[in-house]
Parts: sequence; C-alpha cells; structure tokens
Amino acid sequence: MDWYFILEKVALIIIIFAISLGIAAYSTYAERKIAAFMQDRLGPNRAGIFGILQPLADGLKMFMKEEIIPRTSDKFLFLAGPGIFMITALMTSAIIPWGGTLEIMGRHITLQATEIGVGILYIMGVVSLGVYGIMIGGWASNNKYSLLGAIRASSQMISYELAMGLAILAIVLMTNSLSLREIADYQTGGHMWNVLKQPLTFLIFIICAFAECNRTPFDLPECETELVGGYHTEYSSMKLGFYLFAEYVNMFISSAIISLLFFGGYHLPFESFFTNTLGLRGNWLTIVQTFNFFGKIVFFIFFFMWIRWTIPRFRFDQLMRLGWNILIPLSIVNLIAMAILKQVGIS
Amino acid sequence: MISLTNRSKIVSNKVMTPWEKVYIFAILGGMWITLKHLFKRKATISFPEKTRAIANVWRGQHILKRDEQGRENCTACGLCAVACPAEAITMDAAERKKGEEHLYKEEKYAATFEINMLRCIFCGLCEEACPKEAIFLTDKLVTTDYNREGFIYGKDKLVEKMDNRIDISQRQKKSGI
Repeated sequence: MDWYFILEKVALIIIIFAISLGIAAYSTYAERKIAAFMQDRLGPNRAGIFGILQPLADGLKMFMKEEIIPRTSDKFLFLAGPGIFMITALMTSAIIPWGGTLEIMGRHITLQATEIGVGILYIMGVVSLGVYGIMIGGWASNNKYSLLGAIRASSQMISYELAMGLAILAIVLMTNSLSLREIADYQTGGHMWNVLKQPLTFLIFIICAFAECNRTPFDLPECETELVGGYHTEYSSMKLGFYLFAEYVNMFISSAIISLLFFGGYHLPFESFFTNTLGLRGNWLTIVQTFNFFGKIVFFIFFFMWIRWTIPRFRFDQLMRLGWNILIPLSIVNLIAMAILKQVGIS
Repeated sequence: MISLTNRSKIVSNKVMTPWEKVYIFAILGGMWITLKHLFKRKATISFPEKTRAIANVWRGQHILKRDEQGRENCTACGLCAVACPAEAITMDAAERKKGEEHLYKEEKYAATFEINMLRCIFCGLCEEACPKEAIFLTDKLVTTDYNREGFIYGKDKLVEKMDNRIDISQRQKKSGI
C-alpha cells in the first residue's frame, strides 16, 4: 500500500474542495458587485474594504436564521434535498484536471483527483443526478410553488441534456477521446482551440450549460416573479444556503468544463512559445498552467453573470421550443457535419 | 391629426425577420451595452460620508425667527395660516404683559404656534405671506418619528434658539418690507 499516494490524493481533494467552496462564496460577492456596476450602482461596500467580507457576513446570516421545517412536508426528503444537490455539485470536480504534474521530493503528483478514461460520461451522469436534489426538495416541501419549480427544473434539465450530450459527442468525435485531460491535451501543439474549430458546437454547449445551471435566461425553476422562490420557497437557514451555494459551485464546475472542452483547459495559448523560447518547464510550467486555467474559469464565471444582467428570462414555452425544436435538430446536424468533415479529413 | 410636438411614434406590430429571430446578435448588442455600463461613473452617493449638495432655495423645516435682542418676531397675525394651502399651521394669540418686552417684539405674540409636518407640503407660502419676517424655511430636514403626534411641531421646536442662530439672509426678501 502506497501511503504517500493516499496522502497526496487526500490533500489534493481537500484543496479542490476548499477552492470550489471559496470560489463559490466569492462568486456571490462578484455577482452582487457586477450586478450593481452594470446598473450604475456601487454594490456591497460596507463589510471590509470594498465589501470584501460580504460573503462571510452572508454566511453568518444564513447560519443565524431560524430553521423552519413545514409540518406537512416529508421530513427526511426535505432534509435530504439540499444535501443531494450540494454533493452532486461537488462530485464533478473529482475528475477535472487542474494542471500538469508537480514534482515534489521525487514524487510526480498529477493535479487531478482521479483520472478516469470516460471523464465526459461521468460528468454527464453526475450532472443529471443534480436534478434529483431539486426534484426531491421541491416535492418534499408540499407547496405548489415548490412543486411547479421542481417540475420546471426537471423538464428543463432533461430536455437540455440531450442537446448537450450531442454537442459533447461532436467534440469527442474530433478528439478521439472521452478523457478530459486528453481533450485538453488535444488542443495544444499544432491544434487550435476547439472553439475556433467548432463554434456552433460551442454555442450549443454554452446555451445548454446555462440551462443546466438554472442561470438566467433559463432560471425558470426559481423565478421570483412567478413562483415566489421556486423549488426552495419553503427552505430557510443553511438549507436554503446550500441550494444557493450549490448553484454557484455548479457554475464554477461548468466554467471549468467549458474551458477544458473548448478553450484548451490548463494549456497556455501558444504553449510551445513558453516551453521552447522562454524555457518554462517542470513545476513552474505546471503552476503557470494552473493559474492560466483558473483565469479562464474566472472569465467564464464573469460571462455567466454578464449574461444574467443583460437578458431577461425566457417564457416556459419558448424555453421548450428552443430546446426541442431548435437546439436538438441543430446539434444533430452539427454532429453529422462534423462526422463528414472528419471522414473527408478536413479538420 | 396634426402632430404639434413631433414626438409621436408610429407603433407597428411587425414580424421579425429570420435574422432577428436568431437573437444572438441582439444579445451581443445587449452585452456590449452592459459592458459599457460596467465602467461608467456610478450614480450612487455614499450617504453618511457624502451628502447631496442642496440648492440655496431648498425648503426644509420652518423656524420662527427672533431679532437681534432675542425677541420673537411673530405677532400671531395668522396670515401664514391663511396662506397655507395644506392647512398645516395653527396658532393662539396672547397679549404681551408688562415685563415681557425682552421676549416678544410687539404687543401681541403667539402663545402657541403649531405646524403639522405631515400636512405641510413645504411650498414656502407662509414665508412669503409673513409681514414680520418671522417664519422662514431652513435647509434642515424634518426627522422621522414613530407616531403622528410627534410630527406636530410646537414652539419648543420651531422658535430659533439664541445659542444656535440660523442664517436666513439667503431667503430674506430683497426689497425689504
């Protein structure tokens, strides 16, 4: 038994866990700040300098709130809902490659909790489990608004998963691999970023990613104007906090996956320039790559927020029409076109 | 119909072209607008640290002026109450007794003088009607309160304090009386 191996994996998992939660916490701050700036306001600026301690204050508030469990709710499922949602949100981070390998005391540490050959399939599977958290929470609340929110969430997530899967298939076809690390590696050294090769696939994928994360313009499951709070209407205290928090974790993970699949992941743009001309290698290269990856992730989190504060919400029938009548045929045509292109040998 | 203002717009219910139906380009346009706002100067005034500058003619809470010797100018003539469009002012007149010459400027004075700040619309007509330069509107804000009675300001709140005189030269009539 290689105890060091277990130790380094545990350390890595704890670090990834902490980073996911930290980024999710500061996403709430960034969201409020960006929303304010886009509306010509200042946003939170009282807790600490520039309001930098605002997430702590919000978290403390959530903990201090009274915990209310409706008498008519299904107690076990009501408590399980937020937990399931949070677990599924965090589980996806297990297979994301955060960088190359670090060499510490003669050991090669890969910056990835686990490398599995079918990474994409794992992600699709875990993401579809995420709908259970919302469904169970909404159903167990025994409240009309919650139930409507949960129904909307499940139908939306199921319909957009199809187009998402077909978009991912086009990428898999091109890169000949289901492993996230190999897809990221494919986009370096002679090959362009996938977004430049398959802009249509990227467009379909990012629309589906927005729908999967329940972000505006697809935030129907929790639209305040129609359903009070949607599936988390009856939730209070930290259980509500879990739902809100898990959503930001989801956003972080989808940003990571978007940058892995389409923007070269942790690989630097023009990496051969850095490695050959500047002589960047070993641990330094890995560190620069990891920072580069997080830079991309932060940009996509900003992009999510940018979209949110730009466009209004879809109507439910528009959402369904977009999913079934437009995105799915489009992604099938895209997939066939990519197959033909590959066979002809253009790409 | 002849348009007098040239501002009317003809509204049509036109069908979107396929190009417009794609939405992507409209969304990109919207994103450009929000991005520009991200770097714009913010409209917020951080209140307790900064306050909004107010104009010279700002009309806030009233005061009842005293003259240089500290005597109340008001003679309870009631012209302000008559001029008040909101019926916010009421008063009771009394005759000045011997030995009160240092308190009241003329033989008649206001024994009570009340302004209901919930009725007042801060139009400044009382100030304009006053023949004795006794009532003025200042730049002070009327503070909040928990009950309605608190908003009826009597002489204790309205009469100018001698140790805290308020400059009203900006609002005095230019032509004199």
